[in-house]
Amino acid sequence: MAKREEVICAGFGGQGILFLGKLIALCAMKENKFTAYMPSYGAEVRGGTAYSMAIISDKPIPSPVITRPDSAIVMNEPSFRKFRDKIKKGGLLVLNSSLVGNCGRPKGIKLIKLPFTEIAFSLGNVKAANMVALGAYIKKTNVVSVKTALKAIDEFIKDKKLVVINKLALLKGASLVK
Amino acid sequence: MKKVLMSGNEACGEGAMIAGCRFYAGYPITPQNELTEYMARRMPETGGVFIQSESEVAAINMVFGASLTGARAMTSSSSPGISLKQEGISYMAACELPAVIINMVRGGPGLGNIAPAQSDYFQATKGGGHGDYHLIVLGPSSAQEMMELTVLAFDLADKYRTPVLILGDGLIGQMMEPVLVNSRQSLVVSKKLTTKNWVLTGCKGRDPRIVKSLWLNDGALEAFNRKLGEKYEHIKRAETRYEAVRTEDADIVFVGYGSVARILRAAVARLREEGIRAGLLRPITLWPFPQAAIRQLSKKTKKFVVVEMSMGQMLEDVELAVAGNAKIEFYGRPGGGIPHEEEIYQRVIARHKVPKQSKK
Repeated sequence: MAKREEVICAGFGGQGILFLGKLIALCAMKENKFTAYMPSYGAEVRGGTAYSMAIISDKPIPSPVITRPDSAIVMNEPSFRKFRDKIKKGGLLVLNSSLVGNCGRPKGIKLIKLPFTEIAFSLGNVKAANMVALGAYIKKTNVVSVKTALKAIDEFIKDKKLVVINKLALLKGASLVK
Repeated sequence: MKKVLMSGNEACGEGAMIAGCRFYAGYPITPQNELTEYMARRMPETGGVFIQSESEVAAINMVFGASLTGARAMTSSSSPGISLKQEGISYMAACELPAVIINMVRGGPGLGNIAPAQSDYFQATKGGGHGDYHLIVLGPSSAQEMMELTVLAFDLADKYRTPVLILGDGLIGQMMEPVLVNSRQSLVVSKKLTTKNWVLTGCKGRDPRIVKSLWLNDGALEAFNRKLGEKYEHIKRAETRYEAVRTEDADIVFVGYGSVARILRAAVARLREEGIRAGLLRPITLWPFPQAAIRQLSKKTKKFVVVEMSMGQMLEDVELAVAGNAKIEFYGRPGGGIPHEEEIYQRVIARHKVPKQSKK
C-alpha cells in the first residue's frame, strides 16, 4: 500500500495557516517525496477563517483537494467545529487548547491538545504558535523529520530574527510530544 | 536544474521570464492574482514593463500595442475578465499579432464563483471573439507544465504570428508542487523567432509598414480569411500535441485535459490494478485538437469516457473525432466541483461488469 498523508491546517487569518501548509509541503519536497499544497483562496482576511491542505505521498498526487484528512492541525474554535468530524477514523487531531474551549474528546481519533498560543507567547512571539503546533505534529507522525523542518524554516523565512523564534517554537512543540 | 516549490500561477510567471517576456499588463482577479503579483515583482528586475491596468480591456489593448512594437507580451485573467478581453483578442488575431493570454478558469457563467472549472473550453477553442479565427490553446496539467507551456506559448505565438491562450484553472493556479526550473542559459530563445520584419518601430530609413484589421476593398477580406485559414491548417498539421497513457490495448479510454487529467491518470492506474484495461488520452493542445489520434483509437477501443469540470464542452470535439466508431460516456462536474479519482473509479467499476476472478 502506498504511503500517503493528508493534512489540513486550519485557524484564523494571521495565524500563519497558509504558511504552515506550505512549510509541510516544502519539507516533503526536501525529502524527495511527492507533495502538493492547496490554500483556501476565497475572501480570506485577517481574523476570518483560513485553511490549507498538504499531501505527502510516495506516488504522484492526482488532486490536491482533501475531503477526509489523516490529520488536522486546528488553531481556533470555528475551525474545530468545521473539521472535527472530517478526520479519518484513527487519524490525528492537533488542537490549540488556548483558543478552543471544552471540545470533549472526539471519538475514534488520536488527540494532541496543547496551548500553542500561550506557549508561543511565553517564547516571545505569539505568532509562532503555528510552529509549536507543527513541531508537535511532525514529532507525533514522523511524516517529515524535525531536522528537515528546521532547514525549511531557514530557506523560507528571510528575516534572521524570525528564523530563530520559529525554530525555537518548532523545537518546543516537538519536545512536548512523545 | 533547481527544484522549487511553486504554484501554477508562479510557474507561469517564471515561464514568461524564461521566454523573455518584456511586457505584462493585467487587472486583478481570483484565482490568478499570484501571477500578476509575480510579474509585478519580476518584470522590473529584468528591465521589462509591468502595468496594473485600469481594466481588462485596457490590459489586452496594451498588450496589442506592445506586440506591435515587437515585444514579447502577455496578459492574464480569469473567466469573466477573459470575456472582457475578447474584442482585443479578435483584433490581434486579425492583425496576426503574437501574444500570450492566460486564463485561470473559474466557475461560470456570469460572475460564477472562484472555484476551479473548465467551462471556458468553448470560448477558448471555438473563437471567443467575433470573426473567423482560432487561437492556439494549451492545457497544462501541473505546475511544471504551466511553466513549460508558457515558454512554448511565446515561441508558437512568434512562429505563427498568432495569439496563444493557456487554459488553466483555479486548481492548477493555486496548487503548489515541486517544479524543476530550467536555468536561463539552457533555454535560449531562437533568434529566428524574435527577429520580426513586420513590427512598427518608426519607419526612418525604411519603407512604412502597415498592420491592420480593416479590409474594405471588394474581396480583400475574403482573400485575407483564406490566408488565415491556410495558416490554421498548417498549425493543425504541425502543432497538435497530446499524451497517450496505456492506450495501446485499452478497452476504455478516458479523455480529459488539465487538472482532470491528473485525476484520470490515477484512475487508470487503479483500474489497471483491477484488471480493467483503461487508458488515457490527454490533449495538450486543445486547439488544434488531437482529432486524428482519437479517431485512430476509436477503431479499436470499445468505449471513451470524457471527463470535464463542465457540463460537457470538449465532449463535442471527442464526438466529432470518434465519428460514431465507439461508445462515448460523459461525466462532468460543473460549477467548481472537482472529480475525485475514487468517484471515477467507482463509476467505471459499476458499469463495467468484471467477472470475479476465482482464487486458484
